[in-house]
Formats: sequence, structure tokens, C-alpha cells
Amino acid sequence: MKPAPFRYARPATLDEALSLLNSGGQDVKVLAGGQSLVPMMNLRLLRPTVLVDLNGLPGLDRITPRPDGGISIGALVRHERLAQDPRVREHTPVLAEAARHVGHAAIRHRGTLGGSLAHADPAAELPAALLALDAQLILHGSRGPRTVVAADFFQGLLTTALAPDEILTEVRVPAHGRGWGFAEVARRSGDFALAGVVAVLDRPAGSAGSCVSARIVGFGVGDQPVRFLEAERVLTSARPDPALAAAAVTCDPPADVHASAAYRRHLAAVLTEDAVSQALARLDDGGRA
Amino acid sequence: MNTPADRLTIRLIVNGRHVEREAPARRSLADFLREDMGLTGTHVGCEHGVCGACTVLVDGQSVRSCLLFAVQLDGAAVTTIEGLTPPEGLSPIQQAFCDAHAMQCGFCTPGMIATATELLAEHPAPTEAQIRDAIAGQLCMCTGYVNIVRAIQAAAAHRSTPA
Repeated sequence: MKPAPFRYARPATLDEALSLLNSGGQDVKVLAGGQSLVPMMNLRLLRPTVLVDLNGLPGLDRITPRPDGGISIGALVRHERLAQDPRVREHTPVLAEAARHVGHAAIRHRGTLGGSLAHADPAAELPAALLALDAQLILHGSRGPRTVVAADFFQGLLTTALAPDEILTEVRVPAHGRGWGFAEVARRSGDFALAGVVAVLDRPAGSAGSCVSARIVGFGVGDQPVRFLEAERVLTSARPDPALAAAAVTCDPPADVHASAAYRRHLAAVLTEDAVSQALARLDDGGRA
Repeated sequence: MNTPADRLTIRLIVNGRHVEREAPARRSLADFLREDMGLTGTHVGCEHGVCGACTVLVDGQSVRSCLLFAVQLDGAAVTTIEGLTPPEGLSPIQQAFCDAHAMQCGFCTPGMIATATELLAEHPAPTEAQIRDAIAGQLCMCTGYVNIVRAIQAAAAHRSTPA
């Protein structure tokens, strides 16, 4: 189907974009890569009266290492670049790995980091990765910028802390060590995952003891990315064992035509074991090096 | 372009030709190519980014032309199946599709050729797994995938053979 008629604007500054958002209330939508918004418009699930295209704004596609070792990523950075960029791969390899799993190449060429986060599909890779990384999101509104941590940003099915008059401009990702893992199961390469898990673990080099930090996040297993807190505790309280972490996973996944809730729950445990094993193997490699 | 408008004038390059046209804001790139430019080689299937039939190259990268509005393409260079076809005869990839019987109804073929062109530009000698991964987003409703993979393998072999 074709989208309902709308008016289109491509502002050249953030202030112009914000005033356009303010002028039309709920009926104004921001267009970044359009890989989620446009299908919803074509299916007439959304009928915005005005689209504000952010692609004319300067600087939103920057990737900048930060003095604290982390990295700042502009909201308009497209998935393919996120997957390939050497700075992203160095500072936050788990985010590059997650980006590689988003959709097909043609989707990754257009879809943006900011768009994926603002859309907040519960089966999407990037929201889960940023929750696991404890990233900060910078939102600009008419009252100025504010910073929201990923845990507060995602609020439910396709629901975020982003107000209708705000624009997500930047994501700040802390650097992480070698202890990362990523695993997902999709019916076909490029499909939304039935379930997936991102694990980010840390422990002192050379140690075989418990982790000093562990963040394990599932996607496709709830109405938003879900931290597996019990599994995290297993890894920080004793010598880490992927199978014990997997056994501690609890979640309440949805059922649909593709998979039952029980199967998704099974996948959440299996994929946790896989992602934690990857993370521990990388930590062990680092210890030896 | 900072005042919302329901029609805009865009300048872009389509298959090497400079084009200046007015388009409604809601016109997809796929419909712009087919209806306004008469380039009906770009096929429109699902219109929500799933089937891959409408895949074209924008600035050399594969995109779903049903998920872009033509007005977003101001200043871009678009290549369709017409632009991938030489003035005389067929490109080696197209010829390989004919030789390997890699098309049945032909509906997915323009998107397959665009995707294969991009793949072979990046990976001149792709593995079968790379080929299958590259075309995973292109649905062939005739399910003729085996011959499509063979055609892309043959096109890659043709390229690596010195003329």
C-alpha cells in the first residue's frame, strides 16, 4: 500500500527541526532511516501529517572517541557503518556485532542507530546492546538537552522516554573490555530474531574467579529488552559457569505464529549460555595475552 | 526544504542521467522510477521492505526503493536494472542468470541482479554461504534459489577469468 498524504520538510539545523516538531504536536514524525517508520506508514498503521527528515542536519552522523575511553555515536549513523567502523569495533565490539545482525544489507544501508532506539522494537538488537552497555542517550527538546540512561529510555512495547517534541541526537557508549558475547536465533538470516542475548562481563585479567560486573540482556523475550538479573548474580557471586547462568534466566516471553512462549524461554537460556561462554572465552584469551 | 510541503522539486542522477522533477512527498522511490521515469524494470512487491523485489542501488549501495521517498533522494545517484544493463546485450551477471535458468517468473530478478552486482563488487569470489547470505533478503516466490546461487557463482567465475 501507499502512505497517506503528508508534508515533508528537511531542516538544516536542530533548532529548525525542533520548532517543526513543536508546531504540529503528535502528528509530526521524525524521519531518520525510515526502515521501520515507512513500512508502518505504507501499512497505514501510522498517518503522520508532517515528516521532519533529519538527514539534512549536520554532525548527527559523527563517531567520536571520548576522553573517558568511551565513544559518542551520532543518531544518524547507519547500521552498516556501525558494524564496520574501526573505532566502534575497537571501543565497543559488541555493538558492532549487534549492528551486523540487524536486518539485511539493504536495510542496514539506510537504517540508523537513533531510529532503531526511538522505534524500540522489543526484538531489535541495538536497544538490547545499549542496555547491556549502560549507554547514555542524549535527547534534545525545546527546553534544551537531557541525558537518559538506556535502562530508563526503554519503557515498553515501542515505547520510550522520548517526548513527542524531542529528538534523539547522540548515544554515549562506555568502553567495555574483552568479555562480551552475542547470540541470537532467527528463522532466516536477516529476520527479526525469535530471541537473542547480549552479555558484557568483566573480571580482573588472569583471574578465574567471579566477575566484577555482569550485564546480560535478552531481546525478543518481553515487551522491551530485559536484563537477566538472576543470571548476572550467578556470575558475580561465584566462579562463572555459563550453564548455571542459563539455569537462572527468568523471562515472560510473548507467543506468536513463529514461536511459542516456552520455546522462546528455552532459547533465552540456551543463548545466555552461548553468549556467556563467548564472553568468558574472550576474557581468558585476554588474560593470557 | 525547511517548510513542510506536499510536493517538492528534486534533482538526482538516474542511471547516469541528470533528472529534475517535481514529486509528491508521499511518492516512493519505486513509484517515482516506475511512474515518473517509466523505468518499470524495478518491481514492486510487498511495499513494506520484506520481499526485496524493489531493490535498487543508491550511491552504489543496495536499498529498498519502497522504503524511501523520492524527495529524500535529492542529490543522490540511483541505478536501476535498466542502468545495470549494457546498451547492447546483457551484463555478465544477467547472462549468467539466463544460462543457469536462474529466473522463472522473473519478478524477483531485477532485485536479485542489483544485490548480486553489489555482492560481486565487494566480494569478487564469494563463497556459497556469502551468496546465500547476500540474497537472504530477496524473496523468490518460485523458490528457484539453487539456480540463482549457481548463476552468481558462474558470474563470479566469469569475472575472474582473464578476457
